[in-house]
Amino acid sequence: MKLHLNVEICGISFKNPVIAASGTFGFGREYARYVDLNMLGGIAVKGLTLSPRKGNPPPRIAETPSGILNSVGLQNPGVDYFIEEELPELLKYDTRIIVNINGNTIDEYCRMVEKLRDVPVHLLELNISCPNVKQGGMAFGTDPNVVYDITRSVKAHARQPVIVKLTPNVTDIKEIAIAAEKGGADGISLINTVLGMAIDAKKRRPVLANVVGGLSGPAIKPIALRMVWEVSQVVSVPIIGMGGITTGEDVVEFLLAGATAVGVGTANLMSPTACIDILNQLEEYMLQNGVRDINELIGGLEVKGGFC
Amino acid sequence: MYKMAFISSYIALNAHPGQFVHIKVPYDNSLLLRRPISIHDVHPQTGRVEIAYRVVGKGTRILSRMNAGQIIDVLGPLGKGFTISREIKSAIVIGGGCGVAPLKFLVRCLKEGGGAVTALLGFRNREAVYELDEFERFSDQLFITTDDGSLGSKGLVTQALEKELRKHLPDVMFACGPVPMLKVVQRLAKEYSVPCQISLEERMGCGIGGCLVCSCAIRTSDGDFEYKRVCQDGPVFWSQEVLLDEAALEC
Repeated sequence: MKLHLNVEICGISFKNPVIAASGTFGFGREYARYVDLNMLGGIAVKGLTLSPRKGNPPPRIAETPSGILNSVGLQNPGVDYFIEEELPELLKYDTRIIVNINGNTIDEYCRMVEKLRDVPVHLLELNISCPNVKQGGMAFGTDPNVVYDITRSVKAHARQPVIVKLTPNVTDIKEIAIAAEKGGADGISLINTVLGMAIDAKKRRPVLANVVGGLSGPAIKPIALRMVWEVSQVVSVPIIGMGGITTGEDVVEFLLAGATAVGVGTANLMSPTACIDILNQLEEYMLQNGVRDINELIGGLEVKGGFC
Repeated sequence: MYKMAFISSYIALNAHPGQFVHIKVPYDNSLLLRRPISIHDVHPQTGRVEIAYRVVGKGTRILSRMNAGQIIDVLGPLGKGFTISREIKSAIVIGGGCGVAPLKFLVRCLKEGGGAVTALLGFRNREAVYELDEFERFSDQLFITTDDGSLGSKGLVTQALEKELRKHLPDVMFACGPVPMLKVVQRLAKEYSVPCQISLEERMGCGIGGCLVCSCAIRTSDGDFEYKRVCQDGPVFWSQEVLLDEAALEC
């Protein structure tokens, strides 16, 4: 059986729905020794800022049951360095490139988008959900009015389609998603990490130097699935779903919940070949379940009753 | 300390002293992260790779209970190890506690390269000492210190180092151990103007330079610092470039 894995997001064709999620895959180069990057649907690069950022002091990671807490704090070499030094390397591969952008102010987001206007990247991911920075980040993503404003401003400067990446640390994810869509978002990605904390009982100290961090991994998968499903009910733009995906069946679950593609994050830390392993398992699922076209799965959840 | 060996001809043939392997904890899917463990020694002819580690939590406890013949998922060799060459005529190797683990491989390679090696190893007490005969075999001089004096001389390994430096200055020093020890080694290396390489430890994620969680502060030419990756840019750094005050105070 010939399998069709191609999906379309904002008019851009992806060879399959598996995208390496931002912050877990460097600029791709680091993983090229272990996986054929040409096989990936896309790569969301490490979150960028207008100027280089040092990031938070170590320790920046803690292991929790079925999860990982991190507080990297957006360490990155800045958007100019990315365009000059990292992007040419990445462009050697036949995969879609998503640039994750972060700012302290709306103006900073816009200036970054200006710099990226004439650069051959496929999508921009507007990160308004980083829990590990004091300014901007999640502070933007928790207020629907700000989400609307920032999306609209960025859209006015952007040439590439804009995906807005949402934080789960809100009371009602639906109103945030609606605000992004109204602001002109071409797509929505969710979820970023869940704000959490780890404590060392012996030392009576937080494990992370930043005290709090973002939880990811299988521990948050149920939250992510619920939010993808909720958002898919209220917006018509495509969704990139993510949160704890480690197997091919996890991908299927996110597609059924309404995602058009998925981000694989923490799994890359568990094994550098995770994206390819997951892709193989996804094909296996399709073969075993007679799914010729992956698009059959998108939004295919059958809900009987329920109260939402 | 637990010692464990596994067969991987790829790792045994390609590993350099100071590099590490990244081990997936078997039998417990809730432990997501691999465990970075330094390479204790390799045997290229047989493909045997040895690691030595302390049980510090659930993951290392599971590893310590594995039986011969079981399969293990290992990524490696990873990281930038010690820089060594045949030019090194004399070296001092300083190890503290579990930091002694990667030094056996180093001492053997230095010896095989024709250098004279003085090994200074510090432990909490007699019970914590391990692999003494191996170090005796590959070093020209071996000094042991214990905190309680139950073996070797009583005191800190850094006191033994200062005594040694007063007698003769080596071409280079190598150190691995807890941060307080590394701080003294770093200071002595500067005072006595001896080039020194130190191996760092940090909580780690991917192990291949992609996730930026295992950072250490490295001096930049403008007097400021930047965070480098222990897994990829290290774990071994030249001591004068490392800002140890920025490091987490744990072994």
